[in-house]
Amino acid sequence: MSARSNSAQELAANRAQSRHTSMFVRMLIRAAVLRRGRAASALLAMVVAAAVGTAMLNLYVDVQAKLRREFRNYGANIIVVGKDGASLPADALSHAESVINGRGVVAPFALIVARTSDGQPIVVVGADFDRVKQLDRWWSVSSWPSTPQQALVGVRAASVVTTKNQPFDLSFEGRTIHLTPAGTVQTGAAEDSRVYLSLADFVNWTDVQPSTIEVAASGSPEDVTAIMHQLQASIPAADVRPVRQIMEGEARVLGKTRSTLMAATTLIILTAALCVLSTLMGWVFDRRRDFAIMKALGASDWLLNAFFAAEAAAMGATGAIIGFVLGIGIAAWIGRVNFHAPVVPRFTVLPVILAGSMLVTLLSAILPISLLRRVQPAVILRGE
Amino acid sequence: MFARLVYESFRRQKRRKLLAGAAITLGVTVATAMIAVATDIGDKINRELRTIGANLLVTPEEDTLDVEIGGVNLKPPTDGAFLNEADLPKIKGTFWHNNITGFAPMLPVNVLLQRNGKTENLTLLGTYFAKQLSYGKEDFTTGVRTTHPWWKVTGAWPDDNSVDVLVGERLAAKLSTKAGDEIMLSGRVLHVVGILSAGGAEDDQIVAPIALAQEILGRPGAVRRVYVSALTKPEDALARRDPKSMSGPVYDRWYCSPYPQSIAYQLQEAIPHSHAEQIRQVAQNEGAVLTRIEGLIFLITLAALIASALAVSAAMATTIFERRGEVGLMKALGAGRVAVASIFFAEATLLAIIGGLIGFAGGSLLAHQIGRSIFNSNISIPPVLFPVILAIAVIVTFAGSAAAIRKAVGLDPVFALRGEL
Repeated sequence: MSARSNSAQELAANRAQSRHTSMFVRMLIRAAVLRRGRAASALLAMVVAAAVGTAMLNLYVDVQAKLRREFRNYGANIIVVGKDGASLPADALSHAESVINGRGVVAPFALIVARTSDGQPIVVVGADFDRVKQLDRWWSVSSWPSTPQQALVGVRAASVVTTKNQPFDLSFEGRTIHLTPAGTVQTGAAEDSRVYLSLADFVNWTDVQPSTIEVAASGSPEDVTAIMHQLQASIPAADVRPVRQIMEGEARVLGKTRSTLMAATTLIILTAALCVLSTLMGWVFDRRRDFAIMKALGASDWLLNAFFAAEAAAMGATGAIIGFVLGIGIAAWIGRVNFHAPVVPRFTVLPVILAGSMLVTLLSAILPISLLRRVQPAVILRGE
Repeated sequence: MFARLVYESFRRQKRRKLLAGAAITLGVTVATAMIAVATDIGDKINRELRTIGANLLVTPEEDTLDVEIGGVNLKPPTDGAFLNEADLPKIKGTFWHNNITGFAPMLPVNVLLQRNGKTENLTLLGTYFAKQLSYGKEDFTTGVRTTHPWWKVTGAWPDDNSVDVLVGERLAAKLSTKAGDEIMLSGRVLHVVGILSAGGAEDDQIVAPIALAQEILGRPGAVRRVYVSALTKPEDALARRDPKSMSGPVYDRWYCSPYPQSIAYQLQEAIPHSHAEQIRQVAQNEGAVLTRIEGLIFLITLAALIASALAVSAAMATTIFERRGEVGLMKALGAGRVAVASIFFAEATLLAIIGGLIGFAGGSLLAHQIGRSIFNSNISIPPVLFPVILAIAVIVTFAGSAAAIRKAVGLDPVFALRGEL
């Protein structure tokens, strides 16, 4: 008991010396300082709820972009081909590049049927290997060609064109090219029965220009459709087609993931809000004696409401801001662990979190207050 | 006396118990639903990924090279080897047959189209649309409608036992053919029942039941290649190893995991003289997408578990805090710390079990609803989840109460009774 009265005397002394602040602000601050434990636990609940909410909303917005990038590994989603199998105009590639302008990968391909030295037909493709490496990441290649006159041979074609990786000849319309196999490519699809060489070697040898441009355009379905229209407008001599299975598969998987995420976000935010509600209600309810004293000393209902509302709002705002920072951190961590790329912090989420937190805290202050208002202060003060 | 104290506490403090119970129920509901969704999401997304197409391709073992440019096959149609159509139902007899969602055989043949007195070379692709097959006692339906779900038909799909055909949309535009017309193909009059939009080489082709293609080719039972759609597990280091170099137990583990490689291996065993391989574009990327989504949902489930654990412990702490007066009274009447603590723990356990039971039922319902509305299929809840969830509920309730109980037990009865804390 003596320790308690000592501290009360010190408090009184401190108060006399300290600068005069408004009674309202002082009550707010003292309320938080004197009941540190309870205030801290209520604030903790608020911070956790705001952090989880921020992280979920951030992820919800960002995950689609992340998954879309994952889907671009499936390769082209747009194919540009010459009408009726004709070659594309020479400037088609530069047109396509200026349309894409960094929003994806563009790779030209030229195809012919050549003959091996023993007269077997084989599909030979001229390609830009640097672009193919970016576009078709699933190709399993033993070693990419690096110097001219080197070829990348499909695993099934390998036994037809060469034995024991020896150099081989291919002929097309009477012209012959001498190639050294650099490595093999395996995809499990048509590429396995083809021979690939660099576009420069290919054009030198055959004089055939690229007939196909494969485009992996990034962005939402609307972006991709817009890119297709732009491509068609800038290369009128070509047919621009979507790769439907990739686009549809992407749309379906993204849609389902988004819905699942939405359901999870709703559930988690609801739980977090409920946690805050129950903690804060307990906290306010616990202070019914303060409430009763204030009322007994003649505070108006309006002042009491304002006091508890201000307290709740301050708690909500503090919790929301700390929680926001924490939530951004959690989202970034999930992005790094799961997608190996940072999640961009979205400050547009902040007002939502702030408003939501304050709404929840106000609600959890108003409910117990409206209950207490009906009770006579004397009853509360007697501890009944 | 102990039982009566607990009983009376529940009877007299209905509102408080209801609040704490509701918090536990909600927490367990969210946890159950999220765990159920997380355990099933892989399978669900895997099925969605099958929209991208088959991930395995079966070809004859001793085949000649395909010479195909822009969907036109320049290889003579009789050249090379064929698979036997009669072997195909054996695909459903492999170890992972439940993971195989469908397969479609393909047989391209060259045909001559007679039109206005002129003839034109075209490719006719024979396949299954939705063919009824049976293997052993199992009946199933398979064909391009399951393996190539992005194919869209205006008109009707042909019957697999008919001689009706689909015409690709670009070809149809060129010939100005529409559903209901008849076309002359290699001396036959065929009925066009639909126009196919496939977004690929098939748009320039005619697609027909496989029996018709075999008849035109004169090779009954011949199949050039089979597309197989299978639910697979993302590839890891074990998947990439060569089965020939594995020891017994490692080989068994590899064989009994649904890797693209091991399913391909089993298809090769099932179909004589065949070579099965993963289509890397589909199979490889699938693994990456699946891993990402599974990882994401796992981390979110973790967040949900933490949030619900916090909600439960906050509710418990509040209810115990509100009962300091009672603790004071009990202690003043001579109850020891152990007696007081055990009453609180007994109450917490009871609340956790009741909340856990209701929450588990609610969570199962919620998971079911999520599965129905998002994936149009059930989310199965493994029964083993039930004891796990209940145990977690009890542990979390205990952990949440522990700090508050310790504080309550340590109270000086004098202060507590005077209401001064």
